[in-house]
Amino acid sequence: MTPNFFIYLLVMAGVTYLVRVIPLILVKKEITNKFLLSFLYYMPYAVLTVMTIPGIFFATTYTASAVVGLIVAIILALRGKGLTTVAIVSCLGVLVTELLITYVI
Amino acid sequence: MKEYTFKEGLKDGIPICLGYLSVSFAFGIFCIQSGLSIIEALLISATNVTSAGQLAGVPIIVGGGTLVEMAVTQLVINLRYALMSVSLSQKFGSDISMLDRLIIAFVNTDEVFAVASGKEHKVSRNYMFGLILLPFLGWTSGTLIGAVAGNIFPAVVIASLGVAIYGMFVAIVVPVAKRDKNVFICVIIAMILSCLFNFLTKVPSGFIIIICAVVASTIMAIVAPKEEVKE
Repeated sequence: MTPNFFIYLLVMAGVTYLVRVIPLILVKKEITNKFLLSFLYYMPYAVLTVMTIPGIFFATTYTASAVVGLIVAIILALRGKGLTTVAIVSCLGVLVTELLITYVI
Repeated sequence: MKEYTFKEGLKDGIPICLGYLSVSFAFGIFCIQSGLSIIEALLISATNVTSAGQLAGVPIIVGGGTLVEMAVTQLVINLRYALMSVSLSQKFGSDISMLDRLIIAFVNTDEVFAVASGKEHKVSRNYMFGLILLPFLGWTSGTLIGAVAGNIFPAVVIASLGVAIYGMFVAIVVPVAKRDKNVFICVIIAMILSCLFNFLTKVPSGFIIIICAVVASTIMAIVAPKEEVKE
């Protein structure tokens, strides 16, 4: 018999939550090990990079527009713009490129 | 030490919320197309608050997969959150209680984690609650709008919104990589590994994220350990 929706929901949400909450409850002390500290320092940037590349190239209709969006984001970020600005202008860059590709080229 | 306020948290949550609106909007459409009801789509988003895991879970529900399949899929895709939670635990100020941790963990998404990690000092309880509020609302309401009215919006607009999340990631990583050449090297290593794994192997994406991030961070932690991480 196929489980009903709520059983699926329970397993899905349950596993997701446990993965998130267990380390947060267990690790309460400040880590002092130099290797671990260094690892945790680099880790967020590595994770975000892995999630962005190559994922961003498949997030739009055309790879070219994703490339434009990425370049726009990098330039704005290098100039010290905030998260919202970078995200929105990057989307606009993609939108303009997609429109150009669809209607002009 | 500077204490970040609830209001600052809210403000930092705005771009996440905007990004989520678009992604969860697409998820809402996906649910309806897969044969789920509007309420079911909303319930999934409100209880999971994660993009990749939800996208992978829906076909299992609709296809009548086993619960073990569901559990393992979610574990693999979401295992990166365990890493993030360990890292985030070091970022918490002393005013964050056990109950607070239980609540914050629920909305510890990639983006919330990324923004909290990017703060210069430790984060307070109020800041964290401000930070998670709008993203949670954006994620659930976006799903609802997508499920109810997904086909009203032109495809080109939806496709463009799809890069919002990535734009935000770039905005978090680039300034630090500009300032710290070791982070820049770490980013390059992660990028190369990620491309190799994605294009040359069939490793599930959940594992790719963990493997690449762990390898890149380990290499850097050995080659260029941080001299002074503490505040």
